[in-house]
Amino acid sequence: MSLRSKDLVGIKGLDAADIELILETASGFKDVLGRDIKKVPALRGKTTVNLFYEPSTRTRTSFELAAKRLSTDVINISVSTSSVVKGESLRDTALTIQALGADFIIVRHSCSGVAHFLAENLDASVVNAGDGTNEHPTQALLDLFTIMEKKHAIKGLDVAIVGDILHSRVAKSNIYALKKLGANVRLIGPPTLVPAFMKELGVDIYTDMNKGLKGVDIVMMLRIQMERQGKGFFPTTVEYFKNWGLTSERLSRAKRNVLVMHPGPMNRGVEISSDVADGLRSVILDQVTNGLAVRMAVLYLLAGVKG
Amino acid sequence: MTIVIRNGRVIDPSQGIDGICDVLIEDGKIKEVSKKLPAHPPPGKGGQRGGKRKIDPSGMKEIDAGGKLVVPGLVDMHVHLREPGFEYKETIKTGTEAAVRGGVTSVCCMPNTNPVNDNSSVTEFIMRKAAHEGACRVYPIGAITKGQKGEELAEMTMMHEAGCIAFSDDGRPVMDSLVMRRALEYSKVLNVPIISHSEDLTLSSGGVMNEGLLAVTLGLKGIPAQAEEIMVARDIALAELTGGRMHIAHISTEGSVELIRAAKKRGLADITAETCPHYFSITEEAVGNYNTYAKVNPPLRRKRDVEAVKRGLQDGTIDVIATDHAPHHTDEKLGEFDSAPSGISGLETSIGLSMKLVDEGVLTLSGLIGKMSLNPSVIVGIKCGTLRPGADADLSVIETGREYKVDPGRFSSKGKNTPFDGWLLKAKPAVTITLGRIYEWE
Repeated sequence: MSLRSKDLVGIKGLDAADIELILETASGFKDVLGRDIKKVPALRGKTTVNLFYEPSTRTRTSFELAAKRLSTDVINISVSTSSVVKGESLRDTALTIQALGADFIIVRHSCSGVAHFLAENLDASVVNAGDGTNEHPTQALLDLFTIMEKKHAIKGLDVAIVGDILHSRVAKSNIYALKKLGANVRLIGPPTLVPAFMKELGVDIYTDMNKGLKGVDIVMMLRIQMERQGKGFFPTTVEYFKNWGLTSERLSRAKRNVLVMHPGPMNRGVEISSDVADGLRSVILDQVTNGLAVRMAVLYLLAGVKG
Repeated sequence: MTIVIRNGRVIDPSQGIDGICDVLIEDGKIKEVSKKLPAHPPPGKGGQRGGKRKIDPSGMKEIDAGGKLVVPGLVDMHVHLREPGFEYKETIKTGTEAAVRGGVTSVCCMPNTNPVNDNSSVTEFIMRKAAHEGACRVYPIGAITKGQKGEELAEMTMMHEAGCIAFSDDGRPVMDSLVMRRALEYSKVLNVPIISHSEDLTLSSGGVMNEGLLAVTLGLKGIPAQAEEIMVARDIALAELTGGRMHIAHISTEGSVELIRAAKKRGLADITAETCPHYFSITEEAVGNYNTYAKVNPPLRRKRDVEAVKRGLQDGTIDVIATDHAPHHTDEKLGEFDSAPSGISGLETSIGLSMKLVDEGVLTLSGLIGKMSLNPSVIVGIKCGTLRPGADADLSVIETGREYKVDPGRFSSKGKNTPFDGWLLKAKPAVTITLGRIYEWE
């Protein structure tokens, strides 16, 4: 089995079999990561370029480490200013990097659709590390991998995603992935951040956190981006936490064996309380570890597509 | 010079003509439209009275329009010619060449150039340039406010004297209602329309496509229909308050059509409205996978809006079809969707797309041609859009039977930005006549 596309632009373009293949492959790499020598020669001689137009520590580091574990050479390019300010077009920058011999281009950009654009314009494999408010497919894959590890199946699970759904590429990718694998998804948050028409995605929408959490197997918290405050999406972070912050008391409405997830970085006391973040139900650090295995699997499988 | 166009189906809404006729043109003016002109045209001015006419063969041209339509030269009252300032996108020369290629013989050009056409010297520059290089007639639209900033009125009467036939801050709305009120009042001394780009910027803020599920799944910021409708409602209210002439540009939503329909029914104000071919031909689905050629402002909407726009055209709520021809350089459209400029290069697909309305039974041929020639002429007060004897001989012979594929690579416009690349259309000008020149294509 192999993937059909040379790129991973989004979960939207994958089917359930593709997702399952990535998760199975990741499982193998997770074993590798548990060994004493964590490096495999699978992609020796290949070159990976991390092209990040947005600041990122954890995702970039995770991709870098995943690429190195597969023995590819890795170069990090952080473009602090946008291509427009810099004067060079996105396409020219990408073509230049490709001309240097990149096999994988891992891209993060503040504009939605950039990964798709590069995938169409480049021969190299493009992996979306987050584009605007569109998708962050490897985050969703590592979230699914983490759920599989703990729950052994996705189908039929009740999953609550809480927070700024509208602007969250993590939420979008997770909604698509969870739906494709048969989970029931509910979105919880204020209507300014969870527009009613998102129901059309086949999800349930709750504005009341207590009702929304009732009986769920998984709670996925999202980072509240502080810059949203003051733009009228919600009045203050204090009020936000009061209504939609995850506390132990609230969590008690979920199933006893609920998993609490967060893509990080967390704002403790804004969307999640410390006792929950560090509590027994939290799998937040497992997510980080699994991110490595999943990203190794993605690079490995994409290399297979190109032959 | 004498030109005879024979056997075409002549459509002239200004005279209620729809039938097979010949058209005689002499010295750049329409001389006669009749069922059957004699084999040799009758003598013109200075011809020998009653006698047999001697025609210098070199001075006469016959055009066989058999099986084709003969229509008044189209008038496109919403065009961006980009000159001065953005000559890499389009020039007065290339823009007017695109116009005649589309059967358009008069274009009204929007003032968002650099510098903005907000004073008579810029107007004069455009008029002079058009006189030297224009392939068709050019009627500048002046800015409502200085620098299109929406703050202080521009020198309307002086621009009018220099050639402006209407005023608009197109591309930007006049957000300040008091400024818009003053513009509508002040422009009454000229009896010219104020053309409103109706958009509530506070509501559309940062949006790049229609708001809804598609925008969310693409991760693109949406512009709700209400961003247009709120301002359409305001503009109607201000027109009713002031008695000024309000023309609402590029209607894209069902709600706007309903607001204008209701306002016309009330009859308290002088309100006219226009839409563009893309608003009745395609929906937001055209954005597909970040297709920047489908990025336009106002954005492409839903199917129900498309249907409402068609109904608005049908019942007369919408008076005009204009293109909002907005040429851009390919490099500008190649990249991030968020950063790509809005606009469609529309002059060369307008008649082809609009003729579909006739095929679909939305409009009669006369109805369609009226919305593309006579109506805009009346609104901006120019003597075009008619084949009446004595009128300037602006006309187009349109072939409607042969399907052809839209190929932006062959556009005369510098702007190749169209979401209609590869579409199969039927109507296409074979001959356009204006300014005493004959343009013919195979």
